[in-house]
Amino acid sequence: MSGRVLVGVKRVIDYAVKIRVKPDNSGVVTDGVKHSMNPFCEIAVEEAVKLKEKKLVKEVVAVSCGPQQVQETIRTALAMGADRGIHVEVSGKDYESLGPLQVSKIMAALAKKEEAQLLILGKQAIDDDCNQTGQMTAALLDWPQGTFASEVTVEGEKLKVVREIDGGLETIKINLPAVLTADLRLNTPRYATLPNIMKAKKKKITQVKPSDLGVDLTSRLQVLRVDEPPQRQAGVKVETVDDLVSKLRECGRI
Amino acid sequence: MAAVWSMSRRFIIRSYNPFVNSVRRGFSSCIDPSDGLTDEQKEFQKVAFDFAANEMAPHMAEWDQKEIFPVKTMQKAAQLGFGGIYVSPDVGGSGLSRLDTSVIFEALSTGCVSTTAYISIHNMCAWMIDTFGSDEQRHKFCPDLCTMEKFASYCLTEPGSGSDAASLLTSAQQSGDHYVLNGSKAFISGGGEADVYVVMCRTGGQGPKGISCLLVEKGSPGLSFGKKEKKVGWNSQPTRAVIFEDCVVPVENLLGEEGQGFSIAMKGLNGGRINIASCSLGAAHACVHLARDHLLVRKQFGESLSNNQFLQFKLAEMATRLMASRLLVREAATALQQNRANAVSLCSMAKLFATDECFNICNQALQMHGGYGYLKDYAVQQFVRDIRVHQILEGTNEVMRMIISRNLLTES
Repeated sequence: MSGRVLVGVKRVIDYAVKIRVKPDNSGVVTDGVKHSMNPFCEIAVEEAVKLKEKKLVKEVVAVSCGPQQVQETIRTALAMGADRGIHVEVSGKDYESLGPLQVSKIMAALAKKEEAQLLILGKQAIDDDCNQTGQMTAALLDWPQGTFASEVTVEGEKLKVVREIDGGLETIKINLPAVLTADLRLNTPRYATLPNIMKAKKKKITQVKPSDLGVDLTSRLQVLRVDEPPQRQAGVKVETVDDLVSKLRECGRI
Repeated sequence: MAAVWSMSRRFIIRSYNPFVNSVRRGFSSCIDPSDGLTDEQKEFQKVAFDFAANEMAPHMAEWDQKEIFPVKTMQKAAQLGFGGIYVSPDVGGSGLSRLDTSVIFEALSTGCVSTTAYISIHNMCAWMIDTFGSDEQRHKFCPDLCTMEKFASYCLTEPGSGSDAASLLTSAQQSGDHYVLNGSKAFISGGGEADVYVVMCRTGGQGPKGISCLLVEKGSPGLSFGKKEKKVGWNSQPTRAVIFEDCVVPVENLLGEEGQGFSIAMKGLNGGRINIASCSLGAAHACVHLARDHLLVRKQFGESLSNNQFLQFKLAEMATRLMASRLLVREAATALQQNRANAVSLCSMAKLFATDECFNICNQALQMHGGYGYLKDYAVQQFVRDIRVHQILEGTNEVMRMIISRNLLTES
């Protein structure tokens, strides 16, 4: 296999930040809050760069959808070794309602336009936990998918993918072109080196509008309300095992 | 999911150090160290913070208690370009500015002050060779130093000459194709472990003009080391006397001209002072966060300490002084980079102010922890112990005052 890999990277609220819900319950506070690349997207970028280092692919293209700030996230991917970036400009209300369906339409259009052989995404984003974009993109492209990938091996024109599933590990073989979504154990993302960060400055990021790709961003979902999880209630201490069993029966647990 | 991600990351991907996690990321606040930096500098900073949190912070206590010189970790840092941050790229350096360097050392310091301080000394030596060395010397020494395949030490201080550095006695007599060195250096960071010693020694008459700079390689005949010193802090780097007894050094290892040594040493120290000050900044930054976290958690008199006005005001003062220190250090770094007329004075001011203020900040943070602050289970005491020496080395803060007052009182 040789050719182009597209990697989707999402700018999310940094995992270490304490999330606060907006006073009007319309969403979470994002203004002035530290953002960074979705950790699973970092793993996706690392895998793509590894494939390039093994000379199995020729070019790694990092893609992100959103306002101007997502260029920071693309630059991080470039510093890790991606060759160039594509910034799909989405802002304002469109960005607020941007979800997996819209992103997968964009990714599918880009994969066709860029004649990509492989599309690697993180398995899910840590802000919405949808775990849908990879799967939807594969469906739109009618490409095979290797989701929750914890190991990927290139075997000629096919990919052997070990998937982490509830029951354990599943190994599948899929044809290229394909969509992969990266799981935690796929790799350990590298630190960007200082020279690579400087080289990244010179790498190109092209701007594209969703309309250029013929994508309709209308959302079919409307967020009604966002609330904090319920406060943890105090537990109840019991004296004996019999008490415990009867208490469990009382609240219908057994 | 972010919570689950934190958990799985903790156990699976990298070791997670709770205290450093909030230090390097989390809230965008008034003391955010990425404030005012370019996008590129923010990227450098991010790598340094990540490296500090993942590779250094989890080990900082062990390195201190067991006095381990973390060679592998430093070499990992060198792979990222931290071995010769302001050394020219043509000999393996990263070619960054003094400000970039300050930002990086400040971030690394939050992971381990002692190790970062050694890395900064190593960088200083590599820069001296890069700047004043011949092409042969640069290509012979710098690449290995930039990868930290080899380590370097800066040898100026002697048992009889600390602040009065120009009165050093170690002599170097030329004899055909080599110099013969006699004398000893004291308090040398990395002494015994380093491969390349940048040694200021006397080839001429008295005073600074008689001093030259020689590169002494480990294994040179007549080179030996004193016992490893037992220190209050900086325990992840060995400190030893370096002893020259008819030590033979090839003439090719003269750095620059004879008589240029003192000037080379002082130019190295200008940058070194910014680096040390930056390490103090990192420690203070970490301690402000530690104190803040403690205030939010600890309850006395029926409420959390963060409701106590005295402690709120104290925290505010600590944050303000940290910001002031940081701005002065970064300005000095920029002035040095631009070779401004006041660069030397600014570097001295920055070193004086930042090391003093940051020590006080860390000390206050320890106080805010109460009894817990005194336990080695808590990181705050290590920051206090580690940065105490920053007020002493690379030119005592008293010498800094000498430099500044001389600038003010000299008729120009």
